[in-house]
Amino acid sequence: MGQIEWAMWANEQALASGLILITGGIVATAGQFTQWYFGAYSIAAGVFICLLEYPRGKRKKGSTMERCGQKYMTKVVKLFGPFSRNYYVRAILHLGLSVPAGFLLATILGTACLAISSGIYLLAATRGEQWTPIESKPKERPQVGATIKQPPSNPPPRPPAEARKKLSEEEEVATGVSSGPQENPIPVTDEVV
Amino acid sequence: MGNWAVNEGLSIFVILVWLGLNVFLFVWYYKVYDDPPKFFYTRKLLGCCSTRIRRQLDRNLTFHKMVAWMIALHTAIHTIAHLFNVEWCVNARVNNSDPYSIALSDIGDKPGETYLNFARDRIKNPAGGLYVAVTRLAGITGIVITLCLILIITSSTKTIRRSYFEVFWYTHHLFVIFFIGLAIHGAERIVRGQTPKSLDEHNPKLCYQNISDWGKIKGCPVPQFYGNPPMTWKWIVGPMFLYLCERLVRFWRSQQKVVITKVVTHPFKTIELQMKKKGFKMEVGQYIFVKCPKVSKLEWHPFTLTSAPEEDFFSIHIRIVGDWTEGLFNACGCDKQEFQDAWKLPKIAVDGPFGTASEDVFSYEVVMLVGAGIGVTPFASILKSVWYKYCNNATNLRLKKIYFYWLCRDTHAFEWFADLLQLLETQMQERNNAGFLSYNIYLTGWDESQANHFAVHHDEEKDVITGLKQKTLYGRPNWDNEFKTIASQHPNTRIGVFLCGPEALAETLSKQSISNSESGPRGVHFIFNKENF
Repeated sequence: MGQIEWAMWANEQALASGLILITGGIVATAGQFTQWYFGAYSIAAGVFICLLEYPRGKRKKGSTMERCGQKYMTKVVKLFGPFSRNYYVRAILHLGLSVPAGFLLATILGTACLAISSGIYLLAATRGEQWTPIESKPKERPQVGATIKQPPSNPPPRPPAEARKKLSEEEEVATGVSSGPQENPIPVTDEVV
Repeated sequence: MGNWAVNEGLSIFVILVWLGLNVFLFVWYYKVYDDPPKFFYTRKLLGCCSTRIRRQLDRNLTFHKMVAWMIALHTAIHTIAHLFNVEWCVNARVNNSDPYSIALSDIGDKPGETYLNFARDRIKNPAGGLYVAVTRLAGITGIVITLCLILIITSSTKTIRRSYFEVFWYTHHLFVIFFIGLAIHGAERIVRGQTPKSLDEHNPKLCYQNISDWGKIKGCPVPQFYGNPPMTWKWIVGPMFLYLCERLVRFWRSQQKVVITKVVTHPFKTIELQMKKKGFKMEVGQYIFVKCPKVSKLEWHPFTLTSAPEEDFFSIHIRIVGDWTEGLFNACGCDKQEFQDAWKLPKIAVDGPFGTASEDVFSYEVVMLVGAGIGVTPFASILKSVWYKYCNNATNLRLKKIYFYWLCRDTHAFEWFADLLQLLETQMQERNNAGFLSYNIYLTGWDESQANHFAVHHDEEKDVITGLKQKTLYGRPNWDNEFKTIASQHPNTRIGVFLCGPEALAETLSKQSISNSESGPRGVHFIFNKENF
């Protein structure tokens, strides 16, 4: 298992835990269970966790598939600097968030899942992993001059029509022809790049 | 408009039948708990219903995923329903409910009574609910197996599956705990109904109104309750047994001796392993699972067979991309320059071969074979086999024409396959049947310097890259043109289209097959077959 980045799995698990917390919280609140305010907390915590975990971090090797529309949350999460980059912080945060939800049966599944996610983040942190935002590279504007690789192969002054016909036949074959532009009407040399 | 029904019909039909069964079972079990008098008091206490449907039909990956999502959905419904159950039952027990429910919950306290409400201890919510969850078998198994299910789901997402296969594979084995827990989930029988004997003596419809008189008047003794026996195991024991058999077969097969007869290193990080195993029989385009205990004692990896059934060995071509393949590379001594002794080669275990759609190739007169990149491997097997069959007895061969398309990003990967194509090309010419196999190689990742080179050598007889007579083409094929040309050359034929490649290409070819097929029974039909790992 040499190349695994545990944080990727912890991220999936935390996102799932967030959704489970929200669901459990809705059940407890809507059903007006005893001490349903834990359910309300659970919904809030779940939403927060989903927002935090939605932007996927960049993998060290290879390309990372972005989640749909994650670039907006990436900007926000990036703002927290070391608090969002460091996985020890996330591990402790998730562990702490999971505790109040453990008081209700409806949300205890969320607690268990979030605790597992916290454990995996801890493992990721001990292996030195970090959250790096996926940023789109700024599009390189092609500089106007650089795309022209070779000067025109048959600039004026050009030789008369017959000589030109012979030249153009040769040119069809070799597209990358370089020639001294000022050396007309000497025949063009057939240089293959 | 084409033959959409022919191409997609069977899969859609199966899925609709399965969904229909799910819906039917859902409604059926809803009514089982909703209608009969046996559950009259249960309904009164709960005011809701629970369902459980687990049906396992492992046919292929897509179906497996559908079943998994269905399990997840039903788990969610089931859990939410029982959360309400537990809350209300515990509340009724601690007198936090309507008097009727409280009275119903009291049944079972006196000796000789059987309980209706499974919450027997009077502990207030939320602690009461939690207490039930951790002391009852249904609660413990419920939490444990739901956790297993969630872990399985989070490690099965596409990202994790494609990047960290081991996490996916090993976590998936939690399903063993899942199914065992599922089978015993209802063993404590805490969902209660009135016993048939009690129903004879105590008719709920007549007696329900005077609950305070139960046991005092003659017509309404205190009702007796019992729990339903667990039923889920009946659904899952069959498939579980089949799976166990399959794993045992794999274990037995892995004990059979496999000898590596030849190891060939090909350019661009590809190696070929030629092996022999006693009693090994294969068909074209099949795949095997391979384990190399020296590299990893637990991992089995699938590889398409690249040899033909007519050969006396079987071979696989492996690309070195991850740590297992690299381990295999080193174990076979491919990193060393000098000749390796046969006894130094590692022990290999082989399971299979398993079948794929390519077996159908020979039942068509005309076929289109499309392989993208490494997806060309099953076709290596097919082409070789076609060649052997042609040599042995050309007239018996139903297959008359093959259109082969190989889409590749770069030229490096050509090498080992190009040799095969060259051989076939020469042999076809010798037998004056150059038209039997028409192949088109498409380089999808060309750059300017290559383009210049090709332009210069355009008129030469053999292709510069492959040395083949048929030229390499650049960019992607225009499938519409290809299909139309082939359709016009073979009217009134059933043409098989076989693909081994990415999803996007599968969609394109599937659509083209459907739209270029004529709707009547006569006329040209393109039948699309896809294989994927």
